[in-house]
Amino acid sequence: MKESAHPASRRAAAGAGSERGGPMEERIPTRMGDGSCAFMTRSEIRADVVAGVEAAVKRAKVAPLGDAEVDHLVHIFASPARFSAVDLGDEVILSSDGVGSQEIGSRLDDLRYYEQVICTDTVELYHMDYSYKPIKGLLPFEQATMRRAQLLLTLPCQYGAMPDLGLYTEPDGPVPNWSTLLPEGRIDDARAAQEEAVALAVEDIVHVGESLHAAGADGLNLDTAGAAGDADFLASLLAVERLRALFPEWGIQIGMASEFVLGMHGELEFHGTRLAGLWPEAQMRLAAEAGVSVFGPAINVNTGKSVAWNTARAVTITKPCTVAATVPVHMNVGMGVGGVPMHPVIPVDAVSRASRACVDLLRLDGL
Amino acid sequence: MGGVRTAGDLVARVEMTKRLRLPEAKQYVADRLDCDVFGLSDPVTMLDVRRDLGLGGLSHQDVTTMDDAVAMAAKFRIAEVLDVPIPSVEHFARAVGGRLRAD
Repeated sequence: MKESAHPASRRAAAGAGSERGGPMEERIPTRMGDGSCAFMTRSEIRADVVAGVEAAVKRAKVAPLGDAEVDHLVHIFASPARFSAVDLGDEVILSSDGVGSQEIGSRLDDLRYYEQVICTDTVELYHMDYSYKPIKGLLPFEQATMRRAQLLLTLPCQYGAMPDLGLYTEPDGPVPNWSTLLPEGRIDDARAAQEEAVALAVEDIVHVGESLHAAGADGLNLDTAGAAGDADFLASLLAVERLRALFPEWGIQIGMASEFVLGMHGELEFHGTRLAGLWPEAQMRLAAEAGVSVFGPAINVNTGKSVAWNTARAVTITKPCTVAATVPVHMNVGMGVGGVPMHPVIPVDAVSRASRACVDLLRLDGL
Repeated sequence: MGGVRTAGDLVARVEMTKRLRLPEAKQYVADRLDCDVFGLSDPVTMLDVRRDLGLGGLSHQDVTTMDDAVAMAAKFRIAEVLDVPIPSVEHFARAVGGRLRAD
């Protein structure tokens, strides 16, 4: 049974058990998927890890983790250490979906700070309106900022935004809104609208990509691909394919929106593969076929379950993807994905454990 | 990996441009820098390696002298040492008429 984090310490909790007439397993501070503290015994953590693996197997039809992998997850999450990390020599690359909060100084200051103080491996220039459609209207400003950034930076600086297919629908965009058409039973109209939006989004992404390459960007990130379903993912794949043909050695990254491609259209295909219902391994294969340099799977978090449960589930679902990968895989391990709590101020104890677990068990190329 | 404190930015460039997975990308960079893979994540090792090859790094006064390459100058060297294309370097070289390129 999990206990909420209250002033009672682990030692006090264990002592109370002793007074009732027997030794009691020590309770270890850990977290729930919403970020709140919970005190669990090692046995409870193991039970959650096993349950998380079982949930993944049932949902995604993947193989379970082995006993040694389960033991390693228990080892990571049963530690009371404030921070957890991979072994020396096992470090991986860190990429990101935008760096800095744009709260202090300029965007250039954010990029420089991440290079010179935080020391990430890459940085990403982004605009607060983080979608390709609005960026199109800001391109000269974004190009000029990228060019200035490139004069100041040594590390790779990519540009990022979201395909965000929903922005192409009425009343914000030119295409009929499939979210209103579908409840009316107008399936064909809804599908036609999505296909029209795909064509518009691809043009915008390619235009922004070409423009940022001309400004010296080291790469382009299509973040939260598939957020609006299979049409959103198709737009991303088609845009990547065109950009790869233009720039054979450019960094192009797809980061997924969630673990499973929703079938809002249901019949869309890329190179003969139906997109609706794809899990990370199949997503990665298509992204690699389109030409990405880096693929980022995203596994959702259940806020009512522990971080150990969520991480075990995320690792189990992602493992077939990393085993089969032909391109670098940078798993999304951030707020609300990859086992990390869904909270705007992420506890470092939780994010370090989730990150370490994913790197250790999945042999990731990056985060 | 530690970014410009180590060789994290260099390994990232190889992943991005050559689409190599991490072990292959690390080995590629180690070979080009003539060091071992373990040293790529070690800031003590990499400070000397980066300085000797002119690959930039932390740019504050305790680490970098006026003789050391930083930012765009370092990226010219990175492009050559790693044999990877860097768009900003190519654009910069074009903008100055190619006069700064070694070739």
